[in-house]
Amino acid sequence: MEFEGNGLLTLVVFLPLAGALGIALFIKRDKQVRYIAGAVALAELILSVMVFTTYDLSKGGLQLVDRTSQWIPIESFKVEYYLGVDGLSTPLVLLTGLLGFAAVYASWSIKTRVREYFVWLLVLQTAVMGVFTSLDFILFFLMWELEMIPMFFLISIWGSGRREYSAMKFLIFTFLGSAFMLVGILALFYSTGTFDMILLPDAIAQTELIAPAGIIFGLIFTAFAVKLPVWPVHTWLPDAHTDAPTAVSIMLAGVLLKMGGYGMIRVSAGMFPEVIVDAAIVLAALGVVNVIYGAIITIRQTDLKRLVAYSSISHMGYVLIGISSVAGVGGLVSPTGLTGAAMQMFTHGTITGLMFLVVGLTYEKVHTRSIPELGGLSARMPVIAVAFLIAGLASLGLPGTSGFVSEILIFLGAFPVYGWFTGVAVFGVVLTAGYILWMAQRTMFGPTIDRFSNVRDASRMEMVPIAVLIGSIILVGIYPSFVSDMFRDGVAGIVADIQRSGALAMVLP
Amino acid sequence: MTMHDIYLLSPELSLAGLATLVLLVDLIVKRKSYLFVLTIVGLAVPLGFTLALLGSLDGASMMENEGVLRDTLVVDKFGLFFKLLLISAVAIVSLLSIDYVKRFEQFQSEFLVLLMYSATGMMLMASTKELITIYIALELSALPVAALAAFMRDGRSAESGLKFLILSGISSALLLYGMVLVFGLTGSTQLDDIAERIATLAIYTDQPFGSYALLMGVVLMVAGFGFKITAFPFQMWAPDVYEGAPTPVTAFLSVASKAAGFAVILRVFYSAFGIEELSIEWSAIFAVLAALSMTIGNLVAIAQRSMKRLLAYSTIAHAGYIMVGLAAVSTRAGSGDSSLGISAVLFYLSGYAAMNLAVFSAVIAISNRINSDAISDFAGMARRAPYLSAVLAFGIVSLTGIPPTVGFIAKVYVFGAAVDAGLEWLVIIGVLNSVIAAYYYLRVIKLMYLSEPPSTDSIESGIPLRLAMLVTSAGVLLFGLYPTGLLNFVKSAAQALLSTS
Repeated sequence: MEFEGNGLLTLVVFLPLAGALGIALFIKRDKQVRYIAGAVALAELILSVMVFTTYDLSKGGLQLVDRTSQWIPIESFKVEYYLGVDGLSTPLVLLTGLLGFAAVYASWSIKTRVREYFVWLLVLQTAVMGVFTSLDFILFFLMWELEMIPMFFLISIWGSGRREYSAMKFLIFTFLGSAFMLVGILALFYSTGTFDMILLPDAIAQTELIAPAGIIFGLIFTAFAVKLPVWPVHTWLPDAHTDAPTAVSIMLAGVLLKMGGYGMIRVSAGMFPEVIVDAAIVLAALGVVNVIYGAIITIRQTDLKRLVAYSSISHMGYVLIGISSVAGVGGLVSPTGLTGAAMQMFTHGTITGLMFLVVGLTYEKVHTRSIPELGGLSARMPVIAVAFLIAGLASLGLPGTSGFVSEILIFLGAFPVYGWFTGVAVFGVVLTAGYILWMAQRTMFGPTIDRFSNVRDASRMEMVPIAVLIGSIILVGIYPSFVSDMFRDGVAGIVADIQRSGALAMVLP
Repeated sequence: MTMHDIYLLSPELSLAGLATLVLLVDLIVKRKSYLFVLTIVGLAVPLGFTLALLGSLDGASMMENEGVLRDTLVVDKFGLFFKLLLISAVAIVSLLSIDYVKRFEQFQSEFLVLLMYSATGMMLMASTKELITIYIALELSALPVAALAAFMRDGRSAESGLKFLILSGISSALLLYGMVLVFGLTGSTQLDDIAERIATLAIYTDQPFGSYALLMGVVLMVAGFGFKITAFPFQMWAPDVYEGAPTPVTAFLSVASKAAGFAVILRVFYSAFGIEELSIEWSAIFAVLAALSMTIGNLVAIAQRSMKRLLAYSTIAHAGYIMVGLAAVSTRAGSGDSSLGISAVLFYLSGYAAMNLAVFSAVIAISNRINSDAISDFAGMARRAPYLSAVLAFGIVSLTGIPPTVGFIAKVYVFGAAVDAGLEWLVIIGVLNSVIAAYYYLRVIKLMYLSEPPSTDSIESGIPLRLAMLVTSAGVLLFGLYPTGLLNFVKSAAQALLSTS
């Protein structure tokens, strides 16, 4: 079997799975399970940093390819094992490494069924890494589906509240979306004869599809829309978030939602340049609905986790608005909006990851998430309060934090294209400021409550993931270009394709 | 009948011989478990003959396929594929039965013997090329099953056996009537001759199938075969029979009987009615039946409280998925790979055999101990029997079609074939159905892993059941991760069928 590549990405994708299998088969004691999972997560973080630093931006394009065509080499169903990263996926691999690390360390206090818990958490990380690095559509789809089962168990066993209902709702929504995507993928394959996601954009442009491109686009887009999530298929998200354990919320908000955004940019925009230009106005409108509707609902929430969950819906609306800027002005497409959308995914991942981490820690210490019952916590747990505030300020887009960079890029990119929509969406920032500051004021500040007098601050172990996430938020805020240059390079090819197909449309009568 | 003919028929003959041997040895030995050992070891003989035939087909010593007994039977890769599948199924079902049959005071050997005679009939079904032989093989496979279904000799089981017998009789009558019409029109019972005559018949373009007689014949034959594969609307017998029959028999019915049914359908429709004008028409029939089977099977499964009934409805739904591959006929293949639809059916059947037998092994192991088939009694099973629950959950995940299992690859492959044949609407119905199915399948997993167990007694299983579970779940995983070998094999089997016809 001939194998191409140095195996780094294969290691990144399958190390957590190997760790999970090792734990499942050989490790019995809870303490050992934690340390092994922690070691795997740390190794995974180091590996993802290695991927990020190894990626040579000056060369651009596809790098670190691991490939063998011997997996299913059957002509009429030719599936390859094909991993690789480009500018779009490299930062997302880093993000997954970061949040996977944070998630494992945020789970240190899990007490029930410890072994199973870490097994599923690590399997989840393999699936997400696989989604971001797979370049064969069936492999991509396999990883996409693989992610559901760990999530289902993680929410339904270790969750709280109506966890079984939420887990099933998550599963049905995701499965419904991916079912449609499967039809779309198969239609593409039997039109073009390839599952290769790098060859597909050209292949689609040159062949006559067996179904109208708009329909195939719609089928595949449904899966991404459910995942992002886009209004009106967002309803699974608040339930899943509220009932999931802390670490799973971190993974869900931090990276799982990004699978939707990544798919939209890589597949919806990258493979269907003509359709996305026509659909851009719909995306912009949906994006605005997401932003405003999400923000208004967020304001009313009294449960901390539900609040952060709805704020995620609002923030993912910006991703849609950023993508909608591909419609261009006067036949000219600027990469700014698309870069902003990708940046928003990265920054929202770290910010909301931190937010859920802090909310989870708060819940663990004070045993309630209900905002009216909280107050004055900053006196008792200063570190958590500071982290909470940093996450909040980054979330509302304070300059100097990473949230500002991504939002400003999106607005800069989208404003020339859809001025009114963008204008309304900018108002979402005001709403964000409202609910974030109001929430911080009600929970962390104000008079201290006697009930919480013996509440402890974060332990050293809990500070590790907090420090890592705060570090990345500030770093990207001050020096954004080390991520944004990579994203810009990653979307450049897509923008060029859209430009070309747009020019083509103008020449034709 | 020459020696060579006997060699060509050796898998069937040796299986029937093994069955008779077991019946005779039963008169001598006291410990009945020896009979199971004899059966499972003895199955190596038909298996060996099948592999030898397969080997000589690949070599130059034999033609691509060879007719036996005046061309009523044929030995080709397509038939041999099903023989391998059926022998494996019999071996697994025998393993499943060892503990189960202990509850019968007597007739333990007869249980095995009937199983093997039925499998002999099914193996013949996979290699017949002539209508009357098909009918005889079908009856040979069905009658022992009726006895097997009634084996427990309680009310439920007797009802199950009787129901199977009567409905199987009715479906045979319909099938015969269909065959008579086709014979009347073409003057031959040989599938190849029928195909030739049909090609020369004056085709009335304004009538479906060129003539109403042929339409009636084909529809009646679909009805007769539809009974075997539990396709809607010929599925009514399945839930009651599945529930009442001994569970290993249920497993055998849902895997082997279904595989043999699809073998006959593929053979008849591709050999006799394979020309383009006709295949487009019957593919439409199967497409509609597929959509209905999937939808009805899945929707009704949601409401089930008994594990066996749930699996009965799930088997109806899976018959629907497999028929999607049947509807993706070769003449409509857009990619130019005309064997795609057939090989998708064959791949699905093998995958389905592995995953369904894995599920049944675990269900038998559990319900042997708790003496109940009620789904609610599986609550908290993960804590009472972690390995059994893991196998059951893994099998169910595969039935749902989630990676890394063979169910996922099979689903993708069969839907791919249908997309290639331009049946996007059917595929959309199919994927929506897999979402409905996810709901009731995962509810079982949820119950096993999340609910509190009614008691904490752990559940042990015997070595034979463990062996069965190991083999089947290894198959589910292996073919899910690296399906290439099996895909190549089903592809060459599918091409053999196309070249025979």
